[in-house]
Amino acid sequence: MLETFGHLPVAWLLFAVLAAAAFMAFYVGRTQAVGIARGYTSQLNSQPNYHGYFVAMATIAPAAIILFLYMLFGESLVRAQFASELPERIRALGDLELGQYIDRISEHATRRDATATGNALFDAASDRYTNLVGLSRIAAILLAVLAAAGGFFFGRSRLSGDFRARARVEDGIKFLLFLCAAIAILTTIGIVASLLFEALRFFSRVNVFSFLFGTEWNAQTGADFGAIPLFFGTFLIAFLAMLVAAPIGLFSAIYLSEYASPRVRSIVKPILELLAGIPTVVYGFFALQFVAPIVRSSATWINGLPFIPDGFLAAQPTSALAAGLVMGIMIIPFVSSLSDDVINAVPQTLRDGAYAMGATKSETVKQVVMPAALPGVIAALLLAVSRAIGETMIVVMAAGQRAQITPDPTADLTTITVQIVALLTGDTEFDSAKTLSAFALGFVLFIVTLIFNLIALRVVKKYREKYE
Amino acid sequence: MDGNMEHFTQTKSSARADTASAPIKVDCQNIDVYYGDKRAIEDISLEIEDRSVTAFIGPSGCGKSTFLRCMNRMNDTIESAKVTGKIFMDGANINDPAIDPVLLRSRVGMVFQKPNPFPKSIYDNIAYGPRIHGLASGKAEMDEVVENSLRKAGLWEEVKDRLQAPGTGLSGGQQQRLCIARAIAVSPEVILMDEPCSALDPIATAKIEELIDELRERYCIVIVTHSMQQAARVSQKTAFFHLGKLIEYGDTERIFTNPEHGRTQDYITGRFG
Repeated sequence: MLETFGHLPVAWLLFAVLAAAAFMAFYVGRTQAVGIARGYTSQLNSQPNYHGYFVAMATIAPAAIILFLYMLFGESLVRAQFASELPERIRALGDLELGQYIDRISEHATRRDATATGNALFDAASDRYTNLVGLSRIAAILLAVLAAAGGFFFGRSRLSGDFRARARVEDGIKFLLFLCAAIAILTTIGIVASLLFEALRFFSRVNVFSFLFGTEWNAQTGADFGAIPLFFGTFLIAFLAMLVAAPIGLFSAIYLSEYASPRVRSIVKPILELLAGIPTVVYGFFALQFVAPIVRSSATWINGLPFIPDGFLAAQPTSALAAGLVMGIMIIPFVSSLSDDVINAVPQTLRDGAYAMGATKSETVKQVVMPAALPGVIAALLLAVSRAIGETMIVVMAAGQRAQITPDPTADLTTITVQIVALLTGDTEFDSAKTLSAFALGFVLFIVTLIFNLIALRVVKKYREKYE
Repeated sequence: MDGNMEHFTQTKSSARADTASAPIKVDCQNIDVYYGDKRAIEDISLEIEDRSVTAFIGPSGCGKSTFLRCMNRMNDTIESAKVTGKIFMDGANINDPAIDPVLLRSRVGMVFQKPNPFPKSIYDNIAYGPRIHGLASGKAEMDEVVENSLRKAGLWEEVKDRLQAPGTGLSGGQQQRLCIARAIAVSPEVILMDEPCSALDPIATAKIEELIDELRERYCIVIVTHSMQQAARVSQKTAFFHLGKLIEYGDTERIFTNPEHGRTQDYITGRFG
């Protein structure tokens, strides 16, 4: 959309004009207020500057709203008008083909080096489209200018000695801040809605229950959509990761907050948190290049031991264990950093109480500090789990592609995220059950991590209430 | 006891107790405490009698809490703190590196400014000390220790029906008596109290003071307080600290009626501090 409206110079010019209008409005409003006061500005309800801000606000707000609406709906208006002018035989096409036709025209029309194609109808349509876009732009700018002028005069008419400009400006600032918060929330809602919409389209073709409880997954051939093997792989790998991250992260948090001297702490803590900054793709090839071969050769060695049946372990070149181990290392800082915070939040008086009873440091940690910090630690672990479930790159590289249910961690497994990547990369048609299943998987993933995060937040909140 | 009295009468210093009506439990000699480079306690020597209440008074930051924490080596838990000098408790120097502070603290209980019950049940709060020191064998014996401690702290009647309820759910005054019961449960010889009533209302304070008066029959109690009235009400001996120094030490009655030092006079009459 921005390509058609936000031809950079036009956008910048508009921006500059708006800014200049705001300055002018401010100046006019301020001068008018000074005039009203006749030198006794303390007689005014609000200081002249606030009158200035108010007039500036009244001037640019309507114009900004109109331009924003044009950004959102301008193109669809143009396209609707354009479609209604097309010859009957083209309009008779289905919605999809008509849309594609207009897409082609608008793409051609907006290319700066567009030349005639030789197709007279196409060229004429393209010219008309350019024409319409230009018209719509001029209309929008004119409307904006009119609105700005209207706002300016409205703002001036409100000014008087008793006018509470300061309160109005406060309202304006409040609204602006609210708008910023609303954008973040609306974006999230939009993402969820699109995910839900596509997932529903998928469920109109595939039964919800056979998706959630089916044990066969062959999405690439478009045959079976039983997601249980994916859930199993996801949770097995997350479980393996937590086996690594929970004890190491928790114990290093205890060491850092209870035992380490400030000097050691100031060195170790940043290094530990550095782990969180390593790109996951680096962890991915670490898993693939170093850990997976070790897992495989160890599994082969175990298979060769006496009394172990042949082929006891799968010993695949990519394995759930390799991905799980490396993912565990990746989420150590999530566990340790959050746990460190909650352990530090345990009041010192509790430790003093235990020490004064003659408890040693480890007794104090085990019996007093950890029980007090437990809810926060659980929340940290839940957040780490949801991170592990949503992690993509490591499993794409090191976990494998085969959808199977096996407790053997040296076998190759696939996860929800791996399948989403596999289904959506490359040439895909966005209308087949195969592609849509990716959205269904994404929706399930979203719901699961959302639940984990909600529980974690609730637990943290409860814990906070206790010690304040 | 004779030896203690001899030792006591030989030393001439206003910082010594005026009379010797009871045996000495804690004998502090030339204590200095440093926080980093800052000298928080300057050469304090002081003898504390057994089975009595000794009050430490003085303006904020005068070092009375720091000095109190020397007696169970709680200053060990502060990285930058360094304590020099000797503290004899029943003849043994507790600052000797050979003394295990963990064992020492089972003999010297402590109650803090803010009630700090552990995030456990009332029962487990009391049983905490006896458990880590192995003082009770079996459930029946532990039940007895818990009941006795709560009775001594005057809390039994109020909590006997909800021993499994969390200790943090009690009122402030009850929590503080729980902390006192917790300290008593390991049968200490000395109980240190660091402004035990500063977070409590007057009624809860009166109950704690009553309790301190009863406990005096069995324990050596040292209490830091900001309230002159409290020091006058509960203590037999009073020590006045100022800027890390011990200014005056003697019978509470005399300190409050006839102080030797102008500073003590000024402080107890409220002219500074």
